[in-house]
Amino acid sequence: MVETVVSVGLPIDEKLMIQKNRLIPKSGINGGEKRISIVTGTHGDELEGQYVCYELQRRIKENYNCLTGIVDVYPAINPLGIDSITRGIPGFDLDMNRIFPGSENGSMPEYIASKIIDDLSGSTTVIDIHASNIFLEEIPQIRINELSRDSLLPLAKLLNVDYIWIHASATVLESTLAYSLNVIDTPTLVVEMGVGMRITKKYGDQLVDGIFALMKELGIWSGDAPEPKNPIISEDGEVSFINAGKSGVFLPAVKHWKNVKTGDHIGDILNPLTGEINERILAPANGIVFTLREYPIVSEGSLIARILA
Amino acid sequence: MEERILFELNSVYRDNMRIKGYSFGEGDNSACIVGATRGNEVQQLYICSQLISIFKQLEHNGKIKYGKSVMVVPTINSYSMNIGKRFWSTDNTDINRMFPGYYLGETTQRIAAGVFENVNSYEYGIQFTSFYMQGDFIPHVRMMKTGFESIELAKDFGLPYVFRRDAKPYDTTTLNYNWQIWETKAFSIYTNATDSIDITSAREAINAVLSFLNKRGIIDYKCHEGYISQLIEGNALVNVKSATAGVFIRYANVDSRVKKGNVLAEIMDPYTGEATDKIIAPLNGIVFFHANQPVIYSQTPLFRIIPTDDLI
Repeated sequence: MVETVVSVGLPIDEKLMIQKNRLIPKSGINGGEKRISIVTGTHGDELEGQYVCYELQRRIKENYNCLTGIVDVYPAINPLGIDSITRGIPGFDLDMNRIFPGSENGSMPEYIASKIIDDLSGSTTVIDIHASNIFLEEIPQIRINELSRDSLLPLAKLLNVDYIWIHASATVLESTLAYSLNVIDTPTLVVEMGVGMRITKKYGDQLVDGIFALMKELGIWSGDAPEPKNPIISEDGEVSFINAGKSGVFLPAVKHWKNVKTGDHIGDILNPLTGEINERILAPANGIVFTLREYPIVSEGSLIARILA
Repeated sequence: MEERILFELNSVYRDNMRIKGYSFGEGDNSACIVGATRGNEVQQLYICSQLISIFKQLEHNGKIKYGKSVMVVPTINSYSMNIGKRFWSTDNTDINRMFPGYYLGETTQRIAAGVFENVNSYEYGIQFTSFYMQGDFIPHVRMMKTGFESIELAKDFGLPYVFRRDAKPYDTTTLNYNWQIWETKAFSIYTNATDSIDITSAREAINAVLSFLNKRGIIDYKCHEGYISQLIEGNALVNVKSATAGVFIRYANVDSRVKKGNVLAEIMDPYTGEATDKIIAPLNGIVFFHANQPVIYSQTPLFRIIPTDDLI
């Protein structure tokens, strides 16, 4: 059943509505069911989660009798951003994932954020799906704040991703949806996969398999679920960053999610005006390229790749 | 006056971006003034340009105190200003959310690091900045509670109000916050314009800075010393929100004294012109902030009011 989580009037004959679809067992609910919430569309240019929302519900409806808990699907918590191809919140130029937990008495985005938190609070697990941005391609991965490591890692291992990155705590990240939910004891996993403004069906299918595995473990799904793959698990110290030293046009020489050795050719930054190579980029470490620049134009400092040792 | 390039960013498609600092006097790094960090902060750029002009005259007349120096950085984001964009021209990140910066990081982290290295050794840091919501303020000094803030020093600007609020997680990467952590006494000054030039409030802000520097013994400058500033804590302000969306017809201005029950604004139906809502003052007070956009969303804070008794 489609429900409106929060609605705000726009100036000219329109309402901004954050909606969710709630799937419940055929037998109805008695209040004791487990609840999984799938949230995406926080950034208007991240679309990978849209396919996941569709495909998850399609598969559930194929075997609806196997649903034993509640599935809440929130495909767009920044609907104006998705519709206008805007990463932030149009009209405010705010990053929606920096305003949580929001405030009922605050600005319109903060008000919406507070209502979203209210609605998600109490979920057995929340999956917060992101898709990198238009600049970088990511393999399916889960990012966990080290403060939540013990509670989230067992859940993350079920989600069938390739990689789990346990990262250091940063104060600025305390304004994210995931942090805000985790501190109120609503376990929330952040998924990053694919690239902005695109849908990578393969990654979406992989994550949906994982969501079924997690739902089965939580007692929300009684049907078959694929065996999740064993992810690589690492911490910050094992990740090397490669940033552009020059501006220009980046042309990769490696494939995403492939092994490289120290000194291997990662790619070149070209100068289309002079026909010269501004910078030849070499791998700083042995490892696997789990993040790779997708958008060709780079400035000094633009992230080119991340390598997992 | 010494003009110096603090940081330079090379680009294949554009002229290099040069962040310039203008220094006056010789000696201790006494005060640093930073203007536009966002591409639409035209008022902030204008104020800095006027300060540079004044400091030139003061320096020429020997009015920068011996052993003191002042630096003005009019903007750290000329790339975005030149294309009319608020945030960073390519990835839309906010340089004022990247401090203290990181030399090996992403572009805006490098810019922040390049700037911070040049501004973090000053005794006083003054930033002209803007609010994320569109609107006008009573000119004021804004501070975050960091444990390092000094309200008494902030009152030396002589602006009507010193506003202090709790720091939020996303504040920890602003210039102001990092200045304070690195032991610079930092102040943010808000005037009542951002993407246009309001000469009256710009002059008020310029006078406030000159008055402050005079009181701190950095320059010799006679001027009206302004107000005895009143401290307002962030949680003391009362938000007045709109229940409905529509065309915003405002009757109350910043600094207006309002009484409980006064009509501050009306919301009109954008098609029929009918008044759909009246925005009523919930208490006696002074308008500290009002929204200034012609059409508004529902749930938008339209006014922020400083409560007063106002029995007369």
